[in-house]
Amino acid sequence: MNTSMSKHSPRDRVTGTPFTRGLGVVILAGITLLIILAIFVSPADVNQGESVRIMYAHVPGAWLAYLAFVVTGISSVAYLWKRTRSLTWDRIAGASAEVGVLFMGISLVTGSLWGRITWGTYWTWDARLTTTAFLFVTYIGYLAVRGLGGTHQQRARRSAVLALLAVLEIPLVHFSVQLWNTLHQEASVAGRGTDVEMDGLMLFTLFLGVVVFTLMYVWLVLHRQRSLALDDMLDDSGLDNALTARRAEAQGVAR
Amino acid sequence: MSNSVPGSAGVIATARLIAAKDLRVERRSRVLLNQVLPFALIVMVMFAFALDSDAVLERVAPGLVWLATLFSVLVMVSRSFAVETGDGALDQLRSAGVPATGIFIGKMLALMVQLMVLVALLVGAAVVLYRAHFSWAGGVLLVTTATAATCGLAAVGTLYGGLAAGAKGRETLLPLLLLPVVAPVLIGATRATESAFGTNGIAISEGWPWLGLLVVFAVLFSVAGAVAFGPLLDE
Amino acid sequence: MIAHEPGIDVVIDLSDAVAVLGSFPALAGATLSVNRGEIVLLRGPNGAGKTTLLRLCAGLIPLERGHGQVLGIDLKNDRELVRHRVGVIGHNNGLYGDLTVSENVRFWGRTVGATRAEVDAALRRMGLDGRLADLPVSRLSAGQKRRTALAGLVARRAELWLLDEPHAGLDATGRDELDQVLKMAAAAGATVMVASHELERAAQLATRQVEVVAGQVREIGAP
Repeated sequence: MNTSMSKHSPRDRVTGTPFTRGLGVVILAGITLLIILAIFVSPADVNQGESVRIMYAHVPGAWLAYLAFVVTGISSVAYLWKRTRSLTWDRIAGASAEVGVLFMGISLVTGSLWGRITWGTYWTWDARLTTTAFLFVTYIGYLAVRGLGGTHQQRARRSAVLALLAVLEIPLVHFSVQLWNTLHQEASVAGRGTDVEMDGLMLFTLFLGVVVFTLMYVWLVLHRQRSLALDDMLDDSGLDNALTARRAEAQGVAR
Repeated sequence: MSNSVPGSAGVIATARLIAAKDLRVERRSRVLLNQVLPFALIVMVMFAFALDSDAVLERVAPGLVWLATLFSVLVMVSRSFAVETGDGALDQLRSAGVPATGIFIGKMLALMVQLMVLVALLVGAAVVLYRAHFSWAGGVLLVTTATAATCGLAAVGTLYGGLAAGAKGRETLLPLLLLPVVAPVLIGATRATESAFGTNGIAISEGWPWLGLLVVFAVLFSVAGAVAFGPLLDE
Repeated sequence: MIAHEPGIDVVIDLSDAVAVLGSFPALAGATLSVNRGEIVLLRGPNGAGKTTLLRLCAGLIPLERGHGQVLGIDLKNDRELVRHRVGVIGHNNGLYGDLTVSENVRFWGRTVGATRAEVDAALRRMGLDGRLADLPVSRLSAGQKRRTALAGLVARRAELWLLDEPHAGLDATGRDELDQVLKMAAAAGATVMVASHELERAAQLATRQVEVVAGQVREIGAP
């Protein structure tokens, strides 16, 4: 919509800024440090052995996935609330959901690998795990609805409402799976063999993982949000050009 | 939501109008009777083929009843909105400023009535095909369970059906959106029905907490649907 | 029959209105003013933006740029409020094929609380009483369906009728009846805007013609 911006072709634009470049360098350094600490320096766990190292990717991944969907929910409210209505909120919601689905995929895969090693099974019907799987599918549906087309505002409103419905759905799913488990299954295996004797270095590594993943999330969402904005701008500048062409056509016919 | 626009019918009047219209369409076209009910029955028969054991069937009968219901809900929601989009009637309703909340409640009620018929038939099929035990004491629990569950299913189905109605690829979008949301209904209704049937010796009294879950679900999504249907439908 | 709001005689007031289909500006700065009781004929080639103009005036699509009011209501902020006072019939009739003609018309009438007498009058006026009234809509001809849809507009007391090719598919009698209904509706205070290729017939009917070319509106003057 911003006509002054459409003088430039979107190709002149990049999604990076000095801030994100600096952030990127920090993240790269952080990832390097995380890999060194997680794989080589930190000790194996007394109970779990080497498999504990998966946690350094799994726990931050799961944390981020949930953070991402909280951000999507909050941005959707911000879009729907008239006083803060802006397509930027919609793009943040979309970008955050995309990144969230990615991290949720990572945490589901690493989690089930870890479960296989620790519990001897890829999957258990524990409430947290099941809820996470439902969240994953729900947000895939959310992204499908975002891709339905229509005007930007149409997309924004539809997906914001859907995100709020997901906020309603997920606690219900969690609660009902929990109820289902407690009444009809023997104690979940999730309780067994998972005690980690955290020493200081392990805690620090885990903490570093959370920080690095969070920064990575911020970096990804900023870039994705800007590239979505460029997509929208491209549509709008397309409108400007088509409008000019159509006005010229009308002039031509008018003679 | 322009509920209080002067000159247009109110939400309640609209809901009654839409529900009566949907049920009349069904009475004339008999799609539920001639297509959906046979479909649900054949699903029940197929379950028996797949599980291939009377003992297992008897044990899982409640779950199969509600699984067959979920599959049928997908078909019924598609049908409910195919009626509206076939000649652009839903567009016409919105373009005539008919309150979206009224449209939602009306379509939900009509769907609920049809779902009750379906569930009654499936419970009968479970008794006949899977040797489920129907007792009059369990009947009260069963009827309340079915009412709450179908109310929840109808609410969510109408809400997401409306969202998918205008979209390309709606046949595949609807199951993706709908099935994760109705998981609590499947869990709650199955457990409550197990109690009502006395499956695995579960007492009837154990079913009532599950009914609570179903009621919470039905209330939450009925309210959410009444509020969100308009924004979801609008261009 | 139709409630007049004093002081609002300009029913449609657009200036430099832009409306888009996807990213295509189907209306590229349209300016148009229509008074109550007029029957306006929209002419112009296919794809010129006639349908988009009708849908914009019905509050169905957003006003992307420019200004617009219909029945005194701002299209930019309150286009939803226009809808129940406007009737728009396009390629779809918005009918339920499994229901009969009278059931359909009664349905649309009851969306605004019309009485049975009003519905019967609407049916009679469109020549849909008698045997036709009890036929399911799916068994009607295209022309009969169109008449049923228009009877629905009468039944729900639409003040502004926006019709996209309404003559298409009607037989000669049906067209005469349609013209008659449109004239009566205009005389009763309704305003009619018709996009039509039936220039001869529509020109007789219309009080004014405008041409839509490449998303803009030009006056042709009284016929």
